[in-house]
Amino acid sequence: MALLQTVNLTKRFGDFRAVNSVNFTVNQGEFLSLVGSNGAGKTTLVNLISAQLWPDTGQVLFEGRDITQATVFQRIRAGIARSFQLVNLFDRLTVLDNVSLAIFSREGKARNLATLAEGDREVRTEAMDVLGLFGLDTKRRLLAGGLAQGERKLLDVAVAYALRPKILFLDEPTSGVGTRDKAQIMDTISAVVRAGTVTAVVIEHDMDIVFKYSDRIVVMHEGAFLADGLPAEIRVNKEVATVLLGAAVPG
Amino acid sequence: MIALTGTPRPALPQLRLMGIAVPIAVLLALVPSFANSYQTLLLAYGLIIAIAGLGFNLLLGYTGLLSFGHSAYFGTGAYAVAFMAQDLGVRSMEAYILCGLALSAIVSAVFGFICVRHTRIFFGILTLALSQVLWSLALKLFWITGGSDGLRVPRPTLLGGMLTYTGGGFPRFISYYYYYVLVLFVVCVLVMWMIVHSPFGKALQAIRDNETRAAFLGLRVRRFRWVAFLISGVYTGLAGVLWVPLNGLTTPDILYWPFSGEIVFLTLLGGFRNFTGPIVGGIVFTFLKTYAVATTEYWQILLGVVLVVLVLVLPTGIVGALAQLIGRLWPQRAD
Repeated sequence: MALLQTVNLTKRFGDFRAVNSVNFTVNQGEFLSLVGSNGAGKTTLVNLISAQLWPDTGQVLFEGRDITQATVFQRIRAGIARSFQLVNLFDRLTVLDNVSLAIFSREGKARNLATLAEGDREVRTEAMDVLGLFGLDTKRRLLAGGLAQGERKLLDVAVAYALRPKILFLDEPTSGVGTRDKAQIMDTISAVVRAGTVTAVVIEHDMDIVFKYSDRIVVMHEGAFLADGLPAEIRVNKEVATVLLGAAVPG
Repeated sequence: MIALTGTPRPALPQLRLMGIAVPIAVLLALVPSFANSYQTLLLAYGLIIAIAGLGFNLLLGYTGLLSFGHSAYFGTGAYAVAFMAQDLGVRSMEAYILCGLALSAIVSAVFGFICVRHTRIFFGILTLALSQVLWSLALKLFWITGGSDGLRVPRPTLLGGMLTYTGGGFPRFISYYYYYVLVLFVVCVLVMWMIVHSPFGKALQAIRDNETRAAFLGLRVRRFRWVAFLISGVYTGLAGVLWVPLNGLTTPDILYWPFSGEIVFLTLLGGFRNFTGPIVGGIVFTFLKTYAVATTEYWQILLGVVLVVLVLVLPTGIVGALAQLIGRLWPQRAD
């Protein structure tokens, strides 16, 4: 069964159709990549699914339920989490606090003002486990604002992951980092995704990375889907190669 | 890694708090034994305004909201006491506190509900405008509020009359009242310290740093801001309650916007990025203003110069600058 589905989802900005009648399906447990040139509508689609934008027409279904009208808060409670294209962290909180806060929020403990945050051993242990998965446990006492770019990208994903979502949208998790760090970030993310129960949708420009890590690839162009298939199918698709001109499409 | 850089494992936050707070509390408790009544009086004023600053800084330093209208809650606390004393004949300080807290909670809940729908300059202007509504009411409804003459407030009974100061005159009242204020001040500091180190406090700081991301963690941003506003208003209201018996009089001046400005000023003076900033700022500001007024009729200019120097030279305030200095002298401890 599809975990998430959009039905004829459309978003216009003036006359421009950023997302044009898109029928998007994400299956349970897959690692899906969303690719396309700049302005193809990838981020807008994710914004519509995460309730940062509201669609003009169409529906969003999650686990079979219509969540088109659900708020950000309700979607997060339902199990939809995301990271952002530009790193979005709490810069003046420590690395540990960034992750702990996601757990406090998930557990409904964030409104508690009569206990010390550091005193909650359960949350602390879980936060340390998450940081361990992402290789950030030694940095736990640093302020998030003081991390290197690659580490910030990882922490960004770690914070979203700590919400224990059913589906995790990652908007360009490797943008702005060096080639060597890219592989490390993607190795970490894919290991975490494959070990757990989370389904991942990754927006990515680097086609080498897309082909290497994805179970399925969806190509967007001018607000609509151009292709949808296994990496091997997308790799030989001439139309995709033409549209993604400049992207490294071997063969 | 930690062992290599030589960073000692930081003590538990509770221990750190006790290590600093206990000696300071003892020192403050000893003040009346070596300072004269006037100095004690000034310090009592300082501690009271520090409570207001602590409340104000929950919004500015921890939630990232700059209020220009905190005179509203200070004034609400003060006028609540004055009404009780004048219209109901109540003399009990404890009754003043309970009633003042309740009334400032109501006012800040309502004002906060309106203000937290906005941020940045819009938030600031709304807080300012609402406080000016209360100020004009205090000025115009003179048959209730005494207008610009204000309302007199006699000295209250402390702890239901258990602390009697009659016969001792003003000095004895001051020294008793000082301890009364000091105890409440210590309670306020401990409670606020708990709040900012709680999950709720961390959530406020997260909202300050990145509102969008906080919302995408499932935090109801507006509700958190509202609760912070409420706590902030109640703290400032308590300061108003404690201030009136010392001053003996409340006038619309404490509802007027320059008084809100003083709360902003003292918080910047102490440093809004540090927990202790508004405490230090409140005490230093009280002495600075008193001596500036006594020394020159141009005291506002003096305070203005201090403000300019502050922004240019010490943007992190007194406590921030001290923390930086300590961090530079003992870099390995600056974690």
